[in-house]
Amino acid sequence: MMSDVCIVGAGIHPFGRTEGRDGMDQGIFAVRQALADSGIEWKDVQFAFGGSAASGSADNMVSQLGLTGIQFINVSNGCATGGSALNAAVSAIKSGEYEMGMAVGFDKHPRGAFNADPSAYGLPNWYGEAGYMLTVQFFGAKIMRYLHEHNISRETLGRVAEKAFRNGVKTDHAWRRSEVDLETIMNAPMICDPLTKYMFCSPAEGAVALILASEKKARELGVPIIRLKSSVMRTRPPGSFEVFAASIDNERGGTATEIASQAAFEQAGMGPEDIDIAQLQDTESGAEIMHMAENGFCKPGEQEQWLLEGRSDITGELPINTDGGCLACGEPIGASGLRQVYENVVQLRGTAGARQVPGDPRTAYTQVYGAPGVSAVTILQR
Amino acid sequence: MSAQPIADNLFTDDMSALLGARNRETGQIFFPLPLTPADNIEPVALGTRGTVWTYTVQRFPPKPPYIGPTDPEKFKPYAVAYVSLPGQTMVESRLTGIDPDDVKIGMEVEFTVIPLDPDAPAEEQKLIHAFKPVQGE
Repeated sequence: MMSDVCIVGAGIHPFGRTEGRDGMDQGIFAVRQALADSGIEWKDVQFAFGGSAASGSADNMVSQLGLTGIQFINVSNGCATGGSALNAAVSAIKSGEYEMGMAVGFDKHPRGAFNADPSAYGLPNWYGEAGYMLTVQFFGAKIMRYLHEHNISRETLGRVAEKAFRNGVKTDHAWRRSEVDLETIMNAPMICDPLTKYMFCSPAEGAVALILASEKKARELGVPIIRLKSSVMRTRPPGSFEVFAASIDNERGGTATEIASQAAFEQAGMGPEDIDIAQLQDTESGAEIMHMAENGFCKPGEQEQWLLEGRSDITGELPINTDGGCLACGEPIGASGLRQVYENVVQLRGTAGARQVPGDPRTAYTQVYGAPGVSAVTILQR
Repeated sequence: MSAQPIADNLFTDDMSALLGARNRETGQIFFPLPLTPADNIEPVALGTRGTVWTYTVQRFPPKPPYIGPTDPEKFKPYAVAYVSLPGQTMVESRLTGIDPDDVKIGMEVEFTVIPLDPDAPAEEQKLIHAFKPVQGE
């Protein structure tokens, strides 16, 4: 049987806003922390995959980290950039060509919602001129339908945000570090119905680096071994509902997340019931709700009861977004998916401090989703 | 010069319907027409009656490339829906003639055109597509 690829080092630059430090420097910070964490030096890293959406080409990091001649491949996969970098790094080790390498993602976005150009999406200029080129409209319209179809209250959206900020308080790398009560969340200004301003994450800054090694190499290093049982990236199937769609088919289809999730569980030889912790894409509150079902953790419509009963709290049966997710950490596109994996590594090692999931968790799941219908899933096991 | 459509190839010539696209091979209908013509794509007039499949409300003035009114004092929130046109596709469209707070999923709506900025002088107005509630049924 093929041995597992292991995560032997993890580093993070705090998310949020860091004046005077550009995105790539935050990436360098995360890499140095990951190297120290695994007890290796830069010269020991044989290859790297990395990316950012707005902070330059990751391979330029070698000018600061050291000109070791390393193979360094840039990854550009939108919101799945981090997940794709990790996926590629895993394949490089599985192939037997390399024993140890790195996946890195970083970004620094300007304040406010992402500005998008219609032509980049194959759309005519009128689409933007007439006021449709806003991601928040997509999120609002998509969850509006979901709540209607599955009879879920708007308050459930508020509970997701309330939980995120509660977890963020306990998270060193989080951006939003104070609690917001349900009433404040529900009564805050509406951005795009049914979502208020506290239910959206913001573009932000941050960086994550992970050092990966073959099982043999991981044992030599003598560090705690976290196995990557699955790393899967998928694109959308027919009939999915994605951002900036001037029309969608009457006949509805599946989602990129559903197919990525199924493939990941198959690869790991596990099912949703085997997972102890999950980090799910929560661009806005509704995304977490939809992704709970798309990843197989509950049936559509059951989310309301889950949130009411605290089943996805840190102390619940399946803690979800233990570091506050995108809602509390913000979303630097290149780093966001890797932050989820970082959080799971910390949780599985039992070093998450105030936000540590009790009960000695052994399995952890991540799912990142973004435009234009891409999804990446990992399953880790201690 | 009077009010003009915001773009070419958005409406049928008489502006009585939106111009969609049909894939000759698969029969799939979508909107709008692609930016570049293709041999397997033909224009098709979209239906003018449908139902609201989902919607949201744009509560704040959009940034560029939006060219409608953005003065925060005068900005009026607008509803954006996906209107299901039977046998064709679901079109993303503004709703008009209804308070955004009164929109309901499943309501019947019909095609119309509205000026992007109702306060602009008539000769400068750009017309965009919208759907309005079907009256008296």
